[in-house]
Amino acid sequence: MKPHENLDPLVIAGKSYSSRLLVGTGKYKDFAETQAAVEASGAQIITVAIRRTNIGQNPGEPSLLEAIPPSKYTLLPNTAGCYTADDAVRTLRLARELLDGHDLVKLEVLGDPRTLFPNVVETISAAKTLIKEGFKVMVYTSDDPIIARQLEEIGCVAVMPLASLIGSGMGILNPWNLQIIIENAKVPVLVDAGVGTASDAAIAMELGCDGVLMNTAIATAKNPVLMASAMKKAVEAGRAAFLAGRMPRKLYTAAPSSPTAGLITPASK
Amino acid sequence: MISITVNGERRRFEQPLNCSQLLSQLELAGKRVAIERNGEIVPRSRFPEQMLDDGDKLEIVVAVGGG
Repeated sequence: MKPHENLDPLVIAGKSYSSRLLVGTGKYKDFAETQAAVEASGAQIITVAIRRTNIGQNPGEPSLLEAIPPSKYTLLPNTAGCYTADDAVRTLRLARELLDGHDLVKLEVLGDPRTLFPNVVETISAAKTLIKEGFKVMVYTSDDPIIARQLEEIGCVAVMPLASLIGSGMGILNPWNLQIIIENAKVPVLVDAGVGTASDAAIAMELGCDGVLMNTAIATAKNPVLMASAMKKAVEAGRAAFLAGRMPRKLYTAAPSSPTAGLITPASK
Repeated sequence: MISITVNGERRRFEQPLNCSQLLSQLELAGKRVAIERNGEIVPRSRFPEQMLDDGDKLEIVVAVGGG
């Protein structure tokens, strides 16, 4: 067995995943690109949106589920775009029916169309209803440690605080809050939203996050497939660095890496 | 004649019809969709028997790309 081969799986709702990178399927130019990027990312959990089908305009339109088959990936239907608990709950009931009873879902209730900031009050309300109905809820939320703890207490199977706002690519704005959330949590904590490039993902993992969920950083890169593979490596590297345990930070050190003894003496005059 | 709102659009049908017949008429037969009727899920296995009533509000959804 290779050193990285599933010795350290991500476990969500009792199921193990070898990849700690979760990716979305939005904003790609076509399904071929979506497929290639998803493949390059190595992700096993893939988010999808649930939307009204168009009627009549384009009957031969290809289906996302043909490009990203549920037989090969764990699909994670999400409620992005919902602004009320009721809409989010209805969307996920439809998703569960659409995906033959699949109950692992991503709950996201937004509070504002300009910033896409989450509405945590509606999120908590929706989470309660969904959990009562048997859904396994991975929940997108703000980086507030108290809200994260409440969502866990309600019974969410993973808590997913933002690094920064959705689609912003601003990276991790509050590593200290994330650290508190991670310290408190007994369920996996995944950074969801705000990652801009590979180093952001690595930093999230070095902080001790259990995984990272992203879409825009890959889909809107100039070369999405290459960025997908960069993110895969960043998440793996960040996780390994976290497990390895970093050296302490010091302003300076009186302990150089090379021996202080045995230096040659200056040539005699 | 019955009138049904599908995805926010009012549509009229000459004959009473069930969900499967509706999907065929909308050229959605064979596609993987889920249907909500007046706020309640219609299980996919019940599409052939679930009759639609005048004034029903339906949401018909698919999976699309998203984060």
